[in-house]
Amino acid sequence: MSDGSSTPGPDGFRIVGQRAPRPDASDKVFGLTRYADDFAMGGMLHAKVVRSPRPSARIVRIDRSAAEAVPGVRCVLTARDVPHNVLFSDVPGQTTTVGPLRARTQVLADEVVRFLGEPVALVAAETEEAAEEGARGVAVEYADVPGVFDPEAAMGPDAPRLEPTGNVISRWKIRKGDVEAGFREADVVVERSYRTPFIDHAFIEPEAGVAWLDENGVITIRVATQVIEHFRDVANVLGLPHSRVRIIAPYIGGGFGGKEDVTVEVFLGLLVWKTTRPVRLCYSREESILSPTKRHPFVMRYKHGARRDGTLVALEVELISDAGAYAYLSPLTLLYGMVHAAGPYRIPHVKVDGVSVLTNNPPTSAFRGFGSAQPAFAYESQMDELARALGLDPLAFRERNYLRKGERLASGQELETAVWLPETARRASDALGPRRAPSGPGKRVGRGVASALTSYGRIVWLHDWASAWVELQMDGTVLVRTGVPDIGGGQAASLVQITAELLGVAQADIAIHIGDSALTPLAGTTTATRQLYMSGSAVHKAASELRATLTAQAAELLAAPLEAVDLADGAALRRDAPDRRVAFRELAAACARAHRPRSAFAIYQAPAGQVMDFETGQGKVFPDFTFGSQAVDVEVDEATGEVAVLALAACYDVGRAINRNSVEGQMEGGAAMGLGYALLEEDRVAEGVTLTPNLMTYLIPTALDVPDVTTIVLESGEGMGPWGARGIGEPAMVPTAPAIANGVRDAVGVRLTRLPITPERLWRAMQEARRP
Amino acid sequence: MRSIELTLNGTRVRTTVEPHETLLGVLRQRLAATEVKSGCERGDCGACAVLLDGRAINSCLALAIQADGRAVTTVRGLGTPETPHPLQAAFVELGAAQCGICIPGMLVTLYAALAAHHDASRREIREAIGGNLCRCTGYHKIVDAALAAARRLLESRPTGAPS
Repeated sequence: MSDGSSTPGPDGFRIVGQRAPRPDASDKVFGLTRYADDFAMGGMLHAKVVRSPRPSARIVRIDRSAAEAVPGVRCVLTARDVPHNVLFSDVPGQTTTVGPLRARTQVLADEVVRFLGEPVALVAAETEEAAEEGARGVAVEYADVPGVFDPEAAMGPDAPRLEPTGNVISRWKIRKGDVEAGFREADVVVERSYRTPFIDHAFIEPEAGVAWLDENGVITIRVATQVIEHFRDVANVLGLPHSRVRIIAPYIGGGFGGKEDVTVEVFLGLLVWKTTRPVRLCYSREESILSPTKRHPFVMRYKHGARRDGTLVALEVELISDAGAYAYLSPLTLLYGMVHAAGPYRIPHVKVDGVSVLTNNPPTSAFRGFGSAQPAFAYESQMDELARALGLDPLAFRERNYLRKGERLASGQELETAVWLPETARRASDALGPRRAPSGPGKRVGRGVASALTSYGRIVWLHDWASAWVELQMDGTVLVRTGVPDIGGGQAASLVQITAELLGVAQADIAIHIGDSALTPLAGTTTATRQLYMSGSAVHKAASELRATLTAQAAELLAAPLEAVDLADGAALRRDAPDRRVAFRELAAACARAHRPRSAFAIYQAPAGQVMDFETGQGKVFPDFTFGSQAVDVEVDEATGEVAVLALAACYDVGRAINRNSVEGQMEGGAAMGLGYALLEEDRVAEGVTLTPNLMTYLIPTALDVPDVTTIVLESGEGMGPWGARGIGEPAMVPTAPAIANGVRDAVGVRLTRLPITPERLWRAMQEARRP
Repeated sequence: MRSIELTLNGTRVRTTVEPHETLLGVLRQRLAATEVKSGCERGDCGACAVLLDGRAINSCLALAIQADGRAVTTVRGLGTPETPHPLQAAFVELGAAQCGICIPGMLVTLYAALAAHHDASRREIREAIGGNLCRCTGYHKIVDAALAAARRLLESRPTGAPS
């Protein structure tokens, strides 16, 4: 295996595309990685959050005297102690005013609580036990007020209002063609409603952090986050200049969108500011499940029309998203749902309406797939039903209607890069091999396929950017600095690999500093499947600039023209005479003597665009999309309704695989998460009360639930990232649930329109279908 | 408070504990063994798994006093970067660790499983880690790495040696 330093292979790459071992993996397997809660400081206080036990109530009074009397308790804070008790869910680090999307949350509940689990007070004490006792000692008197727990009910004129302006927090629409005329052309119409549940991110590392006041009076917060740029939010809450708050993200124990909004960092900032002591706050699993945020439940009404020959002609969609008690990123999540609502299909007449509504349910926000996973369940279920209604093979029907490169989405956005959907669907389906036989009597097997497009990168009118700094050290090694939080996807490792490719230096000779808002150049959030695209492009740009400088210096030393100089094996050498070389250590010294910089800083700015037309929903919204398909074989136990996934194949055009292990890892892990979405996962919420506050009742897939996943990686080279890479993190989970639902339909002839497909639901549906 | 003595990764350590303290709490807070992860504190996730006298247990479900006089092995006791255990080497090489938070528990569980059953099948490996939740990998590369390590362990065992 190449270490990135030697001569290129037949594809022209030295290390890009290889299964390069990730530099962070070594520390992880030896137990050396210090995650957010593996860090302690002398004199550190322990914090606890006092949470509302009711979903909708007025706070009558708070008596903290008993809490303050607990030995060891050093600080009790309530809303009145918070200088600016509001957090805005703006998109961090962006310059464009997103006006109507501005959403606010209170840091600590003042006057009213809107959901069960809402933070009301903070306690910090010398020991965790004293903090717990102190938290129990905060006496909060509540008076229940009527709540609303269903988004459709919350739109009613008499529904209790969470905001004075009403419960509807955003509406979007997309208009293309004339949908009524379209349906008049249709020979077949399929109309169904679909529902998806609240989902918990269920990362194995709960939200956690340690914060302190540094020697310069900077509040420094080492926290498990996908967004170090929340330093601005913490500073705004405290009324401090942004430069007085620093956020450090160590390696994160899973994110999936659940560490995208502010979690513990604002509480830590408040407690450090108040006590001047180091403070630790780590959520229990129950707190992690009760605290924001979750994936939005969607109600989705879909009506498709197609001609007898299998051509789609019209689509009408209504999306209703339950935003929970606070907006967070709900308006944006719904916008993603809108743009993805028609799926990767050519439909001349489309009308999509979406609404996001506040309720007294758990707040919902970012989750892998960000508003595009819910519609995929609906549109891919619809595609199967349409194919059946027309008597066509589901794959052939899709192939007839897949969008092609150069065509436009219903929202008017042109697909500017390769669209290899037919190939992904065929390859995934073929990878399953011949149809399987049932394992015994009372068992039925079925096959399902689903395709999807999923955006990567941030909305184009938010002016996304990332920056990075690369330096040749005096000892001949290379240092990369970039403010990327690494949530486990190999974000840092891929940047090392890109640097190794461009500078001809072994991965082992590259160090990388990431995730520090004070000391690493900002690179934006590890969300929206944007880091390989954005920080990858920034590192590519910085390393290329450094390569040019080093090449110029080497050309002088080697008395060679620029184009004759190559960088390889940690040295500059003449291509025509490879034994004529200058080691990087000497090259660094030569650069210093010649007053040539040994470092390069680069900013990558994503191509920007105009804000879409809000009346028609027309305009370019995303930089690009990733296209892929998944296929499954399932077996249903007719007696119990239990579904086993026997085989799963995933095929994506990833543009360019930078690290093959990491790409496959995303595809395998995404499929497992999609399997959980399909069959197991549901935060059951009754009248605002979460009934599944632990991992015994909230079920995520185990090693026995997930089959081996066959991964097929295609590389068109047409993505927007380094060497044409696309993003794969979120796309990897999107088609799984509809593929499984389609497999169940194929096996037992019933269509489940609600996730998860639990044994009870499927068994009941099968009984229903048997009734004459 | 009560004084206990245990062998942690081969080193004798002594500490005082409250009778109600879990082994997980004492390892992380009193013995600086933060490589043992805390994911749920009720035995649902397996992140806190350690070996107690060679048997994999969830340390959140054991009291620290139950470890008195016994040997506790964490992932740091399996191998080091200089002398990695074949499981650790295979996990790095085959890309089995993503965020890595489940890996310490996963590795000690697999260590115990392979010690008991050196020619474990894919299915048996999946059963062994059935109580170790991973949210990132989908388990595929974890099973690949465990099988690769099992093969390496089998090859390195002298023929005829007792199992």
